[in-house]
Amino acid sequence: MDLSAINPVLLIASLMVAATPLLLAAIGELVVERAGVLNLGVEGMMIIGAIAGFAISVETTSPMLGLVAAMIAGAVLSLLFAFLTQFALANQVASGLALTLFGLGLSALMGQSYVGVKPPAMAKLDIPVLSDIPVLGPILFSHDPVLYIGIALTGAVFWFLKKSRGGLILRAVGESHDAAHALGYNVIRVRILAIMFGGACAGLGGAYISLIRVPQWTEGMTAGIGWIALALVVFASWKPWRVLLGAYLFGGINVLQLNLQAAGIAIPVEYLAMSPYLITILVLVIMSADKSGAPASLGRTFHASQ
Amino acid sequence: MIALEKRPTPSRALSLSTPIIAVIITMIMGGLLFSVLGKNPIEAIRTIFWDPVFGEFAFYYRPQLLVKAAPLVLIAIGLSLGFKAGIWNIGAEGQYIMGAICGAAVGLAFYPTESRLIFPLMIVAGALGGWAWGMIPALLKVRFGTNEILVSLMLVYVADQLLASMSLGLLRNPEGMGFPGSRNFSDFAAGSSWINEAAGLHWGMAFAFIAVIFSYILLNRHILGFNIRLTGEAPRAARFAGVNPTRLILFCLGTSGALAGLAGFFEVTGPSGQINIDFASGYGFTAIIVAFLGRLHPVGILLAALLMALTYVGGDLAQGNLGLPSAAIQVFQGMLLFFLLALDLLTNYRVVLKTKGAA
Repeated sequence: MDLSAINPVLLIASLMVAATPLLLAAIGELVVERAGVLNLGVEGMMIIGAIAGFAISVETTSPMLGLVAAMIAGAVLSLLFAFLTQFALANQVASGLALTLFGLGLSALMGQSYVGVKPPAMAKLDIPVLSDIPVLGPILFSHDPVLYIGIALTGAVFWFLKKSRGGLILRAVGESHDAAHALGYNVIRVRILAIMFGGACAGLGGAYISLIRVPQWTEGMTAGIGWIALALVVFASWKPWRVLLGAYLFGGINVLQLNLQAAGIAIPVEYLAMSPYLITILVLVIMSADKSGAPASLGRTFHASQ
Repeated sequence: MIALEKRPTPSRALSLSTPIIAVIITMIMGGLLFSVLGKNPIEAIRTIFWDPVFGEFAFYYRPQLLVKAAPLVLIAIGLSLGFKAGIWNIGAEGQYIMGAICGAAVGLAFYPTESRLIFPLMIVAGALGGWAWGMIPALLKVRFGTNEILVSLMLVYVADQLLASMSLGLLRNPEGMGFPGSRNFSDFAAGSSWINEAAGLHWGMAFAFIAVIFSYILLNRHILGFNIRLTGEAPRAARFAGVNPTRLILFCLGTSGALAGLAGFFEVTGPSGQINIDFASGYGFTAIIVAFLGRLHPVGILLAALLMALTYVGGDLAQGNLGLPSAAIQVFQGMLLFFLLALDLLTNYRVVLKTKGAA
């Protein structure tokens, strides 16, 4: 074992990369849940985003177009969920599961001809001068643009939920859909918009994995990140900045276990690989005591019956 | 203007017919999907749904249907108990793997002893393995209020890693020349779940039938089954009636874990034959679709599992004969669940035409 092979600067820089898909998916799901909808289809939307983004950027040789396509694909898939839960009034848990199962199958089907293909590389945003600062440079100023978008999005969601009128309406819908309906807000429309936002974020997160983090396409490559994102929302007590914190924590654990694997530590690879999932469970256990942050209407079906 | 009006009680006729309608719509949409993939849709549908049962080589495929349906029935019966009560175990795949590992480990410990006592012992170990894995989310939910959906799902990934570790380490065949994977149970008569391999019959099928019967009795004739249904349909009423939610959670998650463990155990000692990295095949997730398609009713689940087995067997056939990608079947199964959920609307609500402003 050679722990000195682990470079702390690179470790922090790569944990930010590892955390970004998680952050994107979780911040999207946070908005969905604040609107009172529990969408368990994050994993499905992520993997669809991963393959859609991959396919489009390979075909057009433009990573940016790929990312846009991934967002659209995620949002379109989430519309299926929106239709099931908001119009057909189906159970949200079952509909979310259906979305994940369907997404995993569809992505495998779409991705068949892309296995082993190399996607066009995403240019890093090497900010001149700043990225040359010894330690801070590689950590803060020399990443791909999406990573910064993720952080900016967290701030934007925080502002939207806390300071804007739209955010107030969204939270009202999530806390008590009957009251929001009585006030004249269109509960269904708010929820559909939130679901689509969540889908776009999850799609972007998925494409980040297949285009930037890995970058290649393999079947089922999201490997439970969508589910961890769901857990992260609980961990964060439905607060945006805590999602960022949680994502970096999980990203850190994942990068650390990968580094330990590479350093050849005495623990078998399989046990290191299961650690992110075990830690997710542990965190869920610790955080479950406090349910005060959960939107009151979370997971309940709304039907405006006169 | 079209409006929805809640039915006082769900329509029984529609509740029974929507699964069939969903299957028909899925076939039509599946046909469209297959034609997009450049296959003849009629031929593809016929290959998947007709040939395995009535085709020229049906004598070979019919037993295959039972082989695929048995684990689906076992898992889905367990899941349906929890789903009825609003307890969502979606980590059956993990419990399936753990049942297989525990049952196989006990069997391999006795290798090459031949005794009639070994197999029952293995069955118990398999069931206990799945039960224990199911009890983790149950206990965490009861003690800490942790969400059982996320915990049970996370445990699937943990079980997957354990499976890899076992097939490369502890349970690896010492005479396997370094290849991953345990000894094959086809070389170990005392630990094989086949009753008659040529006819494609194994003990898992017997257990699946028993599970169907027991769950039918439980749900229709026993107070526990009544409490499960009551909790799902009217949680408040259940609380007033003194139903103990803790016991219900432990029972539902434990039972579904044990049944999934049994399914994994019979699979590993029969059709699959050995513990190996690629042992997990997604039955635990497909069983979720089976449970819903079967309306969470034991007999419905039996029929739904046979249909789902047909898509597996027919899908393999279509893959071989028509070059249909195996993922297409996964999409097909996912679509089925979508249509089923969408059509549920008609069971619980009545679509009425209203003149505008009348409301």
